[in-house]
Parts: sequence; structure tokens; C-alpha cells
Amino acid sequence: MMFEAIVIIVLAIILLAAAVYAVMQKDLLYAVIATGVISLILSVFFFIMQAPDVALTEAAIGIALTTIVFIITIRNTSRREDEVLVEKEPDGTEKEN
Amino acid sequence: MKKLFVIFLLAVVGYSLVNALMDVPFGENRIEPGTVSAFYLEKTPTQLSVANVITAIVVNYRGFDTLGEVSVLFLASLGLGSILYRKHKEGEEEVAILKPSSQLVQAGSKLIFPAILVLGAYVFIHGHLTPGGGFQGGAIIATGFLLMMMAYKDYKVSHNILMWVESLAGIAFAGIGIVGLVVSHSFLENFLAIGNLNDLFSGGIIPIIYVAVGFKVAAELTGVLDTLLNIKDKH
Repeated sequence: MMFEAIVIIVLAIILLAAAVYAVMQKDLLYAVIATGVISLILSVFFFIMQAPDVALTEAAIGIALTTIVFIITIRNTSRREDEVLVEKEPDGTEKEN
Repeated sequence: MKKLFVIFLLAVVGYSLVNALMDVPFGENRIEPGTVSAFYLEKTPTQLSVANVITAIVVNYRGFDTLGEVSVLFLASLGLGSILYRKHKEGEEEVAILKPSSQLVQAGSKLIFPAILVLGAYVFIHGHLTPGGGFQGGAIIATGFLLMMMAYKDYKVSHNILMWVESLAGIAFAGIGIVGLVVSHSFLENFLAIGNLNDLFSGGIIPIIYVAVGFKVAAELTGVLDTLLNIKDKH
């Protein structure tokens, strides 16, 4: 019982740290990986709290599929949060939008 | 000012969450006799011969809701595909994965891919015996295909096959419901023998429906991932 409580507290601290990191990080790829870590720990939590059905769903959808969808989105937009998209004007000068 | 507003909103949400969860006695048996949950827990093993009560609720007692959920996922993937799917023309350069993976990743993916498929199939075939079911198994199978798509630059899934698998599985689910309506007296009524508890062939229509849902979800999610990975890069 004591051991389980320690495991839960350590995992909860990692979860909160990953959540704060995902919000603060300007590099969106790292932020997405941090949300994957959140899903991983949540899945362990669901298993500890005797909801293995939900844990399986969270493991497959939260960790793998959601993360990859975000990564594909990042690949098609921009990787850094504060990055300004730069487009070339027809006359060769760069235009900010 | 904006930050203060955000903090205020977070405080309100946190307060209401704590307030709502304070009354829930976690870790205690709070199922009172005579309620619906007590009925499900008591009657499922004897009346339906299903060990996993959650599956019995999701597929049997609330089967129509599951049909709705499946339709929601179908409509979501349909909308995404109708916006983003594009056919590849002859001689067009593929831009799905820019750099091929290393040989280690490729060999490892090939090794682990059948195991993932078997795990997914196991999860949805044994949905009425062990935790899991059609949605979970289908999602696991889709991650297997995702692994192959990422490891091999020229790995292709046939959208024709996906379309047929998806349609047939959907028709099977709705067809079982209609057969139940004809044979018995209501839609999705259990019309097969329920068998013995903990047998693989038990639970009536539950395993059949979950196999159909598993195929459907796997085909839909694989199609979604393939469509997303093949978006033309604008750079």
C-alpha cells in the first residue's frame, strides 16, 4: 500500500512537470512529446485505478495516434511557437504574415 | 490583464472540479442494491455469460449507443478524407516521408509489425473475456500500420481494401442489429446462444459485433493516418 502510494505520487509529479513543460516549451515538437508523456502516465494511472479498458484506449490513441497527428501538423506548419511564417513575394522580397 | 483573466478562469475551473469530486468516495464500494449498476454487475455473468461487464454494457445493453459512436468515427474520417485525400498521379514525386529510416528501424519494424497485429486482434476477439474491445484493438492495429508507414518510405496501404473492409464491417454491425429486430423483438437484440461463462464462443452477438467494430476502427484510423501522411508538403 505504501509502495503504491509512493509510485502514484512520483508519477503525478512527473505528470505535472510534463504538463508545465508542454505549456512553457517554445519548440512545439518537444511540447508534443511532453503531451505523449502525459498520456503514458495517465494510462498507468487508469490501470492502477482498475480501469484497464480506458488504459488500453489511452495507450493506443493518446500516446501513438494523437502524438503523430500533432507531429504531422507541425511538419506542415512551423516548428517554433514564436516563428513568423516567411513567404516570398513574386519580386523576390520576403513578406511577413 | 489577459493573464489575470486566464488565472481567474483556471481558478474557477479548479474550484468546480474539486467541488464536484469531493463527494465521490474513491476506492469504496458505492454500488447500492436495486440500482442499474447493481443489476448489470449481478445479471451479466448469469444472463449473458460475459465476464467483462463493461463490454456487456457497451455492446449489449447499450448497443445502439455504440452504433452511434461508430458512426461518429466514420463521419469524422469521412470528413477528413473528403478534405485532405488526394489521388497520386503517375510520375508524381512522393513526399510522404522525406528521409528513409535507418536499417535498424526498418528491420525492427518488420519484426514487431505482426506482433502488433496479433495483439490488436487478440484484444478485440477477447473483448468479452478480458479488458479491451473493438475500439482498443482497432487502434492498436492502426498503430502497427503507422509504424510501417513511418519506417518504409514506399509503404502503401490500398485505400480500396480499406474502403471494403470498413463498409463490410459497418454493414455487419447494422445487419446483426436488423437480424435481431427480425428474429427477436428489438434492434440489436441478442439472438444467438450465450454459451458458457469464460468460453471464447460465448456471449451471443457480442464477439461478432466487436470483431466488426475492430476491423472498422482499424480501417478508418489507418486510412486517416495514410491520408494525413500524404499531404503535399508546401515547402
